[in-house]
Amino acid sequence: MPNPRLYKTEAIIVRQRKLGEADRILTLYTPALGKLDAKAKGVRKTTSRMSGHLQPLTRCLLQMARGHASDVITGCETLESFQPLREDLDRLSRALYAAELVDRMTAERVHSFPTYRLLLDTLRRLQQSANPDLVLRFLEMRLMDQAGFGPRLDACVGCSRPLEPEQHFFAPQAGGAVCRACVPGLAGPRVLTLNGLKVLRLLQRGSYNDVARVNVPPDLAQEVEHHLRSYIVCVLERDVNAAAFIERLRREERNTEPGTGNKEGQGAPCS
Amino acid sequence: MNEPSPATAAPLARLIQEFYKLPGIGPKSAQRLAYYLLRMPAAEAQALASAILEVKEKITLCTVCQNVTEIDPCRICSGQQRDRTIICVVEEPLDILALERTQSYRGLYHVLHGAISPMDGIGPEDLKIADLLARLRSGEVTEVILATNPNLEGEATAMYLSRLLGPLGLSVTSLARGLPAGGDLEYADDVTLTRALEGRLEIRG
Repeated sequence: MPNPRLYKTEAIIVRQRKLGEADRILTLYTPALGKLDAKAKGVRKTTSRMSGHLQPLTRCLLQMARGHASDVITGCETLESFQPLREDLDRLSRALYAAELVDRMTAERVHSFPTYRLLLDTLRRLQQSANPDLVLRFLEMRLMDQAGFGPRLDACVGCSRPLEPEQHFFAPQAGGAVCRACVPGLAGPRVLTLNGLKVLRLLQRGSYNDVARVNVPPDLAQEVEHHLRSYIVCVLERDVNAAAFIERLRREERNTEPGTGNKEGQGAPCS
Repeated sequence: MNEPSPATAAPLARLIQEFYKLPGIGPKSAQRLAYYLLRMPAAEAQALASAILEVKEKITLCTVCQNVTEIDPCRICSGQQRDRTIICVVEEPLDILALERTQSYRGLYHVLHGAISPMDGIGPEDLKIADLLARLRSGEVTEVILATNPNLEGEATAMYLSRLLGPLGLSVTSLARGLPAGGDLEYADDVTLTRALEGRLEIRG
């Protein structure tokens, strides 16, 4: 079947960069085509009819024309603008982290509907969840599973014996949890508490509703975040830029409101 | 860019190479500009060359508002007619030109030189935010207008600043969002339309 010159697709805009005088290159994540770059012409002019519909973190319906290097957006309409994300800096910074993570973890034009669905669900959850950080942990774990990089948590990555219910270690470079006996000789193992292992397993196998029902105290949330972050850095071989901004917001909140620096809802029950 | 052909004289090739470095200039445009300069009267070429050098030598950032200027503090910061109780915060020096064109703002400015873009690793520490806070400590200023661009980065910057400025007890405002002059309602996006509805005005006939 010949490729039609014009086609329509739904897409979530994950990233943008400037091009020339008034154009932008947008990175889209689509349900059927995966991630792709598209050129949006003239969207930096105030008179552009498309610019409002083509902001990052928008789900929209696009009319596209095939181009030489990248496809060109010829028409668009917003399907979902995720307005609550744009009005709250804490939620916005987490949504940007989600978008950046999906962008970095996926290859161009490799379609994966589950990944699209995961990104969409994540943005929707971030709009209303009392614990946006837990939403991100769920995204991180599932995204890595979908990309084939999921950490091994059922058995020790060293000796393949099932893990006893006790404290173990997490070794990002080895690819998962390790028992005490296998730790010597491994690079960068960190203590993995039993509760930490349980939360990681739940993130890997449970549904989001199961995860959201769990009450994760702040120090456990921090442990899980640390393990997943170091694992992602190991897989991507780089850090995720937006993480630094989230970290900064947390730091400043702690500094300005001593004693109430726990607004992230890490300790709050969330269902 | 390809190696210049031996038919091009070396100084000309060098000029083409320099033009090619400019944004939006491709190899053909670079050649055209270089040949145009070649045919220009010597005095005009001299004027262009000295203008480029002068910009590099004399232009600095105003120590008060961080705008580009040849005198420090800049003309706006030292102007007698200016309202010193209002500061309008913008992303780029070019935004000041746009606001000045309207002739309806008489306060001072502050240029951030960018916007927060977490995905690109541009955080608050890369902007001139510390300088803004230092200006506000004097107590002369009563209102800060956040005039960042109405896009994701601009909004993130405005939200971050309002969080930072909140405890200072100033009035922190932002430019209104709504439909552009000459726009079309049917093409307006939901966000803009919602904001336009929220900020609707009574019409006086």
